[in-house]
Parts: sequence; C-alpha cells; structure tokens
Amino acid sequence: MRLWRFVKRHMLTVYALLVVGYLMLPIVVVILFSFNDPAGRFNYVWQKFTLDNWADWDGVLGLREALITSIEVGLLATLVATVLGVLMALAIVRHGFRGRASANVLVFLPMSTPEIVLGASLLTLFLNMTSVFSLGFWTIFIAHVMFIVSFIVVTVKARLIGFDRHLEEAAMDLGANEWTTFRKITLPLLAPAIFAAALLGFALSIDDFVITYFAAGGEQTFPVFVWGIARVSVPPQVNVVASAIFLVAIGLALANVLWQFRQARVERGARAI
Amino acid sequence: MGSFFHRHPRLTPYLLLAPGVAWLVVFFLVPLAFLGYQSLQSGIFPNFEFTWEFSNFSDALSDYREQLFRSFLYAGITTVACLVLAYPLVYWIAFRAGPWRNLFLLFIIAPFFVTYLIRTLAWLNILADEGPVVGLLRAINVLDEDGRLLATTFAVVSGITYNFLPFMALPLYVSLEQIDGRLLEAAKDLYASPAQAFLRVTLPLSAPGIVAGTLLTFIPASGDFINAELLGTPKQQMIGNVIQAKFLESLDYPTAASLSFILMAAILVTLLVYAKIVGAEKLTG
Repeated sequence: MRLWRFVKRHMLTVYALLVVGYLMLPIVVVILFSFNDPAGRFNYVWQKFTLDNWADWDGVLGLREALITSIEVGLLATLVATVLGVLMALAIVRHGFRGRASANVLVFLPMSTPEIVLGASLLTLFLNMTSVFSLGFWTIFIAHVMFIVSFIVVTVKARLIGFDRHLEEAAMDLGANEWTTFRKITLPLLAPAIFAAALLGFALSIDDFVITYFAAGGEQTFPVFVWGIARVSVPPQVNVVASAIFLVAIGLALANVLWQFRQARVERGARAI
Repeated sequence: MGSFFHRHPRLTPYLLLAPGVAWLVVFFLVPLAFLGYQSLQSGIFPNFEFTWEFSNFSDALSDYREQLFRSFLYAGITTVACLVLAYPLVYWIAFRAGPWRNLFLLFIIAPFFVTYLIRTLAWLNILADEGPVVGLLRAINVLDEDGRLLATTFAVVSGITYNFLPFMALPLYVSLEQIDGRLLEAAKDLYASPAQAFLRVTLPLSAPGIVAGTLLTFIPASGDFINAELLGTPKQQMIGNVIQAKFLESLDYPTAASLSFILMAAILVTLLVYAKIVGAEKLTG
C-alpha cells in the first residue's frame, strides 16, 4: 500500500526512468554480449564471461579493414562537410540576399527525404555515369558529405542566431579588417558549435548504413560489414568494436558538455567584471 | 581577401554558399533527376532504354500495394508510440530533472552512439526465444508455450520505435525547455488545476516540438527496411525492403526507381493531410 502511494506520487519520475531504462537496455546488452563466450555460432544467449573477445577483437576477417574505412570516410567527410556547412550557415544567417529561402529549402530537403531514396538516387547517378564514378571509397565519401552537410548547417545556424555581434563590431572599431575579425573573434566564439556539429557529422557518418550500402559497391564500412555478417552469424568481436565506438563517443560527448559548461562559467565571469 | 569582400558585399553570401550548394545540387538534386529518368525506362539489366514507361508506376503500385500500406501503418504506429514514450520523459527532464538535465539528454542520444544495425541486432538478444523476456511472458501465460516475439509484427514495430525515439524526443525537449515558467505560475494564480495548466498552456506551447518530432520520426520510419529485415519475416516486409532488393539484388532499376518516387509521393500526401490538420504554419515553423 505504501509502495503504491509512493509510485502514485512519483508516477512521472517512475515512467521517465522506465523509458530511460528502455533506451539503455540494448546498449547494455551490446556491451554485455561483448564479454560473452558463445557456445555455438550464435551469440544470442548468455553463456559465460570472457575477456577473449576484447583481446582478440581483430580475429574476424575483414573487421579491421572495414573499421579503418569507416574512420577514414568519417574524418574526411566530416572535415569537408563542416567547412561547406559553416560557410553556408554564415551566408544564410548573416546575409539577406535573393534566393535565401531557396537555400534554406535546399538544406532542409535532404534531411526530410528517406535515406533509401537518397541512396537509390545516388546509385542511379553513379551507375549512369560510370566513366566518372566507380563505386567504392570515393562514392561513399561523396554520399556522406551530401547527407551530413545539412545537419552541420542546422547546428551552426542555431548558434549563429543567438550570436552577440557587438564583439565583432568592437573589433572592427579597433581597426581589424573583416578577415581578421572573422579569424580572431567569430571563429573562436563559434568553435564549440563547430566542434559539436563536426562530432554529430562524424557520428552520423560512422553510423550510416543505408546510404553507404547503396554507394559502396564492394567496399565495406563497419556497418556494411555487420550487415553482411548478420546474415550468417554475428561474432562477439562486432560487439567489442561497437562497445568501443560507444565508449569513445560518450567520452567525447561528455567532454563537449563539460567544455560548454566551463565556457558558460567563463562568460559569466567576464560579464561580472 | 577581406578587401575583396569589402568591395563586393553583395557577392559575399553567394561565394559562401557556392561550394555547399554545388555539392547538394550535383549529389542530391541531379541524382533525383536521374532517378526519375530511370523510373521511366524499360528493359532488362543491363540493357535499359528510356521509353516513357509510365506503366512502371502503375505496375509497381499494384504489385507492392501491400508493402506500401504496411510501411505507412508501421510508421504511424511507431510515431504514436514514440510520442507516448518520449513526451512524459522529456517533460520530466525539462521540468523536474534540475541539474541532471544534460546528463539525461545524453541518455536520450546515447543510442545514436551504438551503430544502428547493432542496436537493432541487440533486440535479437533481448527478444530471443531462449531469452528472459520470452521466458517471463510464457511463464505468466501472455505468450503460448511456443509463442515467440521475434519474427513478429511486434518485434518490427518495437524495433523501429526504439531506433527513432530520439528523433521524437529531441525536438520535443527543445520546445518544452523554452516554455517560460512564469506562464505556468500565472495559470496557477488564475486557479487552473495542474491538469488544466498542462492542457491549456504546456501542451499548446509544445505543439511545434510535437510537429517536428512527428515528421522526423514518420519520414525515416516509413522508408526503413533494416528492422523488417533483421527482426521480421517476409510477412513484415516494408516498401524499403522491396526497393532495396530490386536495386541491389534483382537489379530491376526501373521498378525500384518508380517505387522510390511512389514512396516520396506518399510521404508528401501524408504531410499535406497532416498540414491540413495541424495548420500549415506550424509545419514550416
């Protein structure tokens, strides 16, 4: 009875924590099964604890190459998409010009198109122009830049809209030209947003399966590798790599949260003076 | 460099936009045109010919009506399930979690950090016939002796729901977090009960988040094929499965291309109906 009254009073909290539990459950399972020692070919049922999979993460043919390809594509595509996206965000937020609405729509459209259509249409382009494109690393790179860039624009735009322009005006008043102002004032102030956008871009790239699958030809990224092997049986080493990616990503995200927290404190401190 | 921008201030935005716009035109718009071109071709791989073959569309529509309908049914159920799961959670984070807000936001996006395919495969472990969930449900007679969860519609829909829950939760959070607490105090001062304050103040103010979350969930869910492939059977196949198989396995590009356009058109029609219901201005923000 007492328990019931407690649950009733804290119903919302209980519900929220249950949903959080639901969100965490598969993640816990992935990490847990990276320590499983499966009896047969299938890593579905918990057998017993082992560290062998982590020690021998590289023991599955093709896994290392796929992971390296994923990281290479991710870094390169993120770099290019971030540059393109930041420039576009600056143009859209900072300037009034003819065609701004169309630019906004062009950025919005890829995000609101199902991935399978993005992948299918790119594949048609590549197949119809085989003299220019051959499926592989570079077609994956092209596809990734295309779908990441919109997310970068949106993320950076959000920060630019709340941007205090007085600092830039002060720099110009003190004789800095536009380029110097951009380099010394705008860019450092935008840095956390650009970093967050790039992190998002890299996460999207390394996670993407659908578009990559269409653009890959015979090349394998980590998700494409998983897809192929899932039709046979998924070895625990796949869980090891997924867990490692998760831990690195969570670490970086926490670092970003802390950085923004500190930044906010510094800004508050500056205002107090 | 600075002096160039100084002399041509009107050119600046176009120069900044040019590389990104070029990329999106060449690798997003042009491919869509190629897809349209492909959808009107006839013939058998690798000898396709452009013949204004509009029958591709009617044939695809009549052959795969079932999968198309199923995609939208699953996407609809998923969207409602995501809203029901996400709204109370996000409400709690925005109004009750206090200093723990950012930590719980991280919990919401944490699934993104586990590769899509692998978090879907994790549901194979969770829902496995020998697993604890099925065991429990069998013990309390919710499932028969040999009842299963895998390879059912339930498995596919809950897989999609799990995968797209963050897309619903994040825009909801943004709109709830912006609500001015003084409005709720005012409602209370004017003798609104908590339920009335929620229905008359909080819920309408969070409408933009609901609309954005619905779009971000419904659109990708209707094109998904991974959950049906990994957690379902041919009886749960969605339109995405057909497009994928036609493109990459049976190499029937014209049918696959016309199905892609049918999917986009169906999404567009759904959005227009939705816009009619919720009001067009809310849809475009």
